[in-house]
Amino acid sequence: MMDSPKTAVSNPPVQPMDSNLGERDLVRRSATSDLPPPERQLTAVAKLIDVSKCIGCKACQSACVEWNDTHPAIGENVGVYTNPHDLTEDMFTLMRFSEWINPETDNLEWLIRKDGCMHCADPGCLKACPAPGAIVQYSNGIVDFIHENCIGCGYCVKGCPFNIPRISKADHRAYKCTLCSDRVAVGQGPACAKACPTQAIVFGTKDDMKKHADERIADLKSRGYANAGLYDPPGVGGTHVMYVLHHNDKPHIYSDLPDDPKISGVVQAWKGATKYVGLATMGVLAVGAALHGVFGKPNRVTAEDDEGAEKLVTNKTGTPEERV
Amino acid sequence: MPDVERVQPGDDIHVERGEISVNRYGPAARVNHWITAASLILLAVSGLALFYPSLFFLTGLFGGGQNTRALHPYFGVVLFISFFVFFLQLWRANLPTRTDVKWVSQINDVVAGREEKLPEVGKYNAGQKFIFWSMAFFILVLIVTGVMVWQAYFAPYVPIETQRIALLVHAISAVLIICVFILHVYAAIWTRGTLRAMTRGTVTGGWAFRHHRKWFRELASRRRVDPAE
Repeated sequence: MMDSPKTAVSNPPVQPMDSNLGERDLVRRSATSDLPPPERQLTAVAKLIDVSKCIGCKACQSACVEWNDTHPAIGENVGVYTNPHDLTEDMFTLMRFSEWINPETDNLEWLIRKDGCMHCADPGCLKACPAPGAIVQYSNGIVDFIHENCIGCGYCVKGCPFNIPRISKADHRAYKCTLCSDRVAVGQGPACAKACPTQAIVFGTKDDMKKHADERIADLKSRGYANAGLYDPPGVGGTHVMYVLHHNDKPHIYSDLPDDPKISGVVQAWKGATKYVGLATMGVLAVGAALHGVFGKPNRVTAEDDEGAEKLVTNKTGTPEERV
Repeated sequence: MPDVERVQPGDDIHVERGEISVNRYGPAARVNHWITAASLILLAVSGLALFYPSLFFLTGLFGGGQNTRALHPYFGVVLFISFFVFFLQLWRANLPTRTDVKWVSQINDVVAGREEKLPEVGKYNAGQKFIFWSMAFFILVLIVTGVMVWQAYFAPYVPIETQRIALLVHAISAVLIICVFILHVYAAIWTRGTLRAMTRGTVTGGWAFRHHRKWFRELASRRRVDPAE
């Protein structure tokens, strides 16, 4: 049995093979509480994006469009390199360009970050999703959208701490980077990593990627980037897409990369306490009403009431009443 | 002005073969009420299906998850419009009065059905007014927060943090309006003879005398004496 691929560089295997990443590899499934444990544990994979090596060529974007066979509309140039202007249901990854003046050196630094799904270990999209099986997490760490189960509600957009999922106006389903789960399943690395000419994007096991990142960080530190570091945010349990940042002390300068991403407390309250307290409140009231209905005495009109009414109507005049 | 809280256009007493019946709701109001009721039930069922994974199977009633997601907001618009019509007709009759304070202070007698101990009430008692105003409040909150997260049209223009809060408020309000709905339905069943007001539009004289005597008294005193009688 084949485990996770260790690199994106190698050519595809030529011998026929089974694919992994099926139902039996799921560790989480949206809106499903009784998911059986996975039959096996695949080695955790990760994509490492070294921002300091990126030249902004957008080969990754092209490779992504080509592999996923999406058709982004031709956009409009508004004077920035970022193109399209935002992630869309047809553009799962996006080079975001920002110009930042380093206050310490007064140098202009051109920061280019490849944006896309971070494949959180604790995915907010999956937590928010109400449709059973529309979002899944495999034992290798990949978080994937299963489009035939998606209902297009957009809850994943609210759950995501990175603002990644996009809902198609055409088929009302959510789209995002799959970490090329369909390639990884057959032993290949993601298309973007394969296409990257400077190997700013590399792919392999999460452990290998961390080791590789350590080398890169040591190199950057030796070149004067004292705050160089690995972006693997613990607030979401770590991610399976990681960045090497030369300024890891301030991730927000990289086109608003969150400094400390975590699933919003509001989302937690909505998907947690509200559900249970709500169910209890509605349940108690409904059961209480039913019990009162069965065992309590109904409020019936009595013969005296009927007589009183008759008297009032035949007298035609009610007694003058007090004003309230 | 104090009369408006008790009597509304169309309210009238009829005596036929010795039976007193009192017009409480006209045909238009009843049709509108059942539109409101149907849309509220459809909203509750589709909403609960999207809130509790164990109830997701209820989306089958609407033709699957995609259809449920698409229909739910339209049910909401129907509810809002039909309730809004209701609101314009009924809000004046539901303004709080001093009687309501006394009525609420004797809530034990209300629950025990000892209505002879309660003050005489107009067309609506404090409980009914509570239902009316809480329905109005929650429907308003639900339509506003619902539009904010209506993915097909409006959600893309609302900041995500605002949408998160809207979803939380929407869920809490939905739970509470379902509770109000349970109270409303149960009160109508427990108080025998009430459902008639929303089916035939009339109640018996005894019902009006027992539960809304001030209203009934007012109608009786207004009753024109038919010259042929």
